[in-house]
Amino acid sequence: MAEQNFRYISKKRRPKEDRRFLAGSGVFVADIAIPGMLHVGLVASPYSFARIRSINAEAALALPGVHLVVTGEDIVAGTDPMMSGLDAPKLRRYVLADGIARYAGEWVAAVVADTRAIAEDAAELVEVEYEPLTPVTDPEQAMSSESPPLHPEHGSNILFQKKWVWGTVEEDFAAADHRIAFRARWHRSSTVPIETFGVVSQWNQAQQLLDVWASIQMPKFHDLLGRALRVPGNAIRVHYDVDVGGSYGVKRGLKHSILGGYLAKRLGVPVKLMEDRLENMRGGDAQGPDRIFDMQAAFNNDGMIRSLKIRALDDCGAHAGRAPLQLGKPVGAICGPYKVNSVEYEAISVTTNKTPQEAVRGFGQAPTNFALETMVDRVAAHLGMDRLEIRRRNLITADQFPYLIPSGSTYDSGDFHTVLDKTLTAATYNDLIKRRDAARAAGKLAGIGLSTCLEPSGGNSAFEPLFNPKNETTTWMEASTIKVDPFGAIVVIMNTSTSGQGHETLAATVAGEILERDPDTIRVLHADSLSAMPSNSPVGSRMAIMLGGATAGAGKKIKASVTAIGAKKLGVAIDAVEYRDGNVVLRSDPSKKVSWEVIVEIAHRKFHELPEGMEPGLQASFVLEVPTGGTLPDATGRVQMYPCYAFESHIVYAEIDRVTGQVTLGPYTVGHDCGVMINPDIVHGMTYGGIAHGIGAALYERFLYDDTGQLLSGTFMDYLIPSSHEVPDVKIIDHCTPSPLTAFGQKGSGEAGYLGGPAAIACAVNDALSPLGLKIAELPMTPSVLGDLIATVENKRT
Amino acid sequence: MSEHDITLKVNGRTYRGKASARMTLVDFLRDELRLTGTHTGCEHGVCGACSIIFEGQAIRSCLMFAVQADGASITTVEGLAEPGTLSVLQDCFWETHALQCGFCTPGMLIASQTLLDKNRLPTDEEIREAISGNLCRCTGYKQIVDAVKLAAQRLSGLNAPVKSDG
Ligand code: FES
Ligand code: FES
Repeated sequence: MAEQNFRYISKKRRPKEDRRFLAGSGVFVADIAIPGMLHVGLVASPYSFARIRSINAEAALALPGVHLVVTGEDIVAGTDPMMSGLDAPKLRRYVLADGIARYAGEWVAAVVADTRAIAEDAAELVEVEYEPLTPVTDPEQAMSSESPPLHPEHGSNILFQKKWVWGTVEEDFAAADHRIAFRARWHRSSTVPIETFGVVSQWNQAQQLLDVWASIQMPKFHDLLGRALRVPGNAIRVHYDVDVGGSYGVKRGLKHSILGGYLAKRLGVPVKLMEDRLENMRGGDAQGPDRIFDMQAAFNNDGMIRSLKIRALDDCGAHAGRAPLQLGKPVGAICGPYKVNSVEYEAISVTTNKTPQEAVRGFGQAPTNFALETMVDRVAAHLGMDRLEIRRRNLITADQFPYLIPSGSTYDSGDFHTVLDKTLTAATYNDLIKRRDAARAAGKLAGIGLSTCLEPSGGNSAFEPLFNPKNETTTWMEASTIKVDPFGAIVVIMNTSTSGQGHETLAATVAGEILERDPDTIRVLHADSLSAMPSNSPVGSRMAIMLGGATAGAGKKIKASVTAIGAKKLGVAIDAVEYRDGNVVLRSDPSKKVSWEVIVEIAHRKFHELPEGMEPGLQASFVLEVPTGGTLPDATGRVQMYPCYAFESHIVYAEIDRVTGQVTLGPYTVGHDCGVMINPDIVHGMTYGGIAHGIGAALYERFLYDDTGQLLSGTFMDYLIPSSHEVPDVKIIDHCTPSPLTAFGQKGSGEAGYLGGPAAIACAVNDALSPLGLKIAELPMTPSVLGDLIATVENKRT
Repeated sequence: MSEHDITLKVNGRTYRGKASARMTLVDFLRDELRLTGTHTGCEHGVCGACSIIFEGQAIRSCLMFAVQADGASITTVEGLAEPGTLSVLQDCFWETHALQCGFCTPGMLIASQTLLDKNRLPTDEEIREAISGNLCRCTGYKQIVDAVKLAAQRLSGLNAPVKSDG
């Protein structure tokens, strides 16, 4: 499939959606203004754990311009709790605290006023009397029976705990020449889009219909919203054509949207709820995985890693949501790109008095990849083996695909050794070593990092039944519709929102490829939730595979209809003709043809010329099941998680300033194989962005809490997002191993760069520290962390 | 809250409006003048999404009150090219795909346009310096640097000039 001659796919083409953003005419939620629209201000708990004794809104309501103040009591009476992804029916989570505030920043009351400024003034006038409780902030302590549970009805702070054993783990550990154990720590960070979350809600009394414009990237959003608001799904119309200012997983906003919908319905006027940055960081419920890995590896003298025991403890914050499931996706790539014989995996999710987590790019795979790569480096160090050599020995080879891993997923395709070799060549690895050694000789702390990591893609939801046997989800379909109008113009309708991934370009390119029409002439629309076909939104690196595949499916139906109409017009059998550029030509004499224009006119106006049984008009929809989907986990928890596996190998050079601990990165090279790229500029863009995001997670970004559960990094002054100074010039080396499972051989790439970047940077830092006899397996490795660590050695010397 | 009359020249057009003393310039542009191309990402002066050209300088419009801008001349993203067209810089952003979600893009365009106004052939380092006060979470900056370089070349005639109608 690699050698397919594509017309539009894989070619450099300008993305369709860019132009409106360049002109400043994108329409984001904040830009929506409806006459009569009111604004929401939020009252947040200053305590991380406190009983709410009373709320007095009198002074707030007395302020001119204030319409309403609602509290947890109103919400409990008027809405149903949000569902968690677990079988834990006693966990209750409402959009406003229901009697107990469980983290600092949790919304306690909401004010609706004429303007946002008045709403904020009024929020300050709401008097809340709290009875502070003793917070639990350490995830290991939270597990102890001594720790009071955040959710007493649930009975414990442990939300989920399960151990799976895949294969002969104990035997492999006993038989191996060596064993190591260590702890790796991935601290809490997130994707933190530059646009905060916002939602505009409008209740139409006459139609009994709630219109919603939200900056979302959220599967099942309207179903869940309807359920919480106690209205049927067909009473909610979510407008998926709102531009979303970045998400990378976190823009779920169900909480915000339930509150907005409740307020709009209750007041009968449009209501806008727009987080400010401080609300976003603290009360936006969008922080990421916060994970302690206890890793054990068993391996032989030759460097072959035989077996792993992984215990992952995740601090999911005050409420469950979908966060525990982020421990589930890594099951599908639990041993990375390596030939490991058996694996034990224990996943534990606990509540603490911190901001709840949301899905973050990779859905738990980036922390897991960091732990796995650290393991590989530790094994190499233990054996005195080169870090490259150990990877070469353990990487699955190209002739071993499809490759079944112990936890039940089959990797579709890959050529890891070739990608690694190409990356080494492009990085001029031997020169890098010389450069590092020269820098060291000059007294610098210099290191080279490498990582070889997988990007599972094609977002299925198999972790749902794995973590909750009552949930029998085995499909996460995606749909696409193509319509051709009477004059031949083409529209593709996708069924979800988009947040920068270039889906309009993707759908137009695929439709153009199949129908052999110029993608620039094809318009792509986003349906709303009422007109949409069943779809699951752009999560889990799935749209190239799923929207691409569904659009290809719809395109092929159109092509078949066009061909049949053309054959009938020529008075010959279908197999006597061929589809060419939208026209239909006689195979034996291509000069005899029926043009696209003539065919679409027949389809729309001349029923008498249509093949028998064909519907008039020219439109087709296709609903695609995730390739390899359709099965539940077996009794041992083996499951095919995602269908496709992209691969990335990073090589990065780093120097650490001995005094400040500041890490300078570059040159940075990444080899990437995500099969056939639909639009290379878009794939490359996401890869560069993923690496920048990985640099943040590895070196700068952390939601830091003090012992009382107060967030210490809730602004852009202290939660540091890499700028153009911190992100080096990255070189991408492409490789293409097509997936056998997808329409064009494409795999997903939305998580590229982020899934291997942090591991590579951590590896470089450790290489740089190695002459000092230091090592660290904790991210982020901020300047202060590294500075302090280096000082422990340097102080001894002086 | 006291209301103040404000007159501003934005993108060559004179606007009059009312602002309370505490209203920021970015809120005035977005909410009163409905020029929503300028965005807000932090409202505390770090992200650069609210960048505009104020009397020839790139500034953060979340850090200035509307009343302080009375009488000033301002360019926002909507004013970088004639309506319906793209400037050379905008066209180069399109050519290199220097954006994804588009949220930081107006600020990036303002920052890089101000650079190019002063420095026709900036180095990579100068470009990175010029956009370092603007955070982008999507692109990792690489294609933005490429776009500004390409624009500099085109504006200097080192490369075939493009039609600016995109
Ligand atoms: S909104 Fe002004 S700098 Fe962030
Ligand atoms: S393009 Fe999305 S933040 Fe820059």
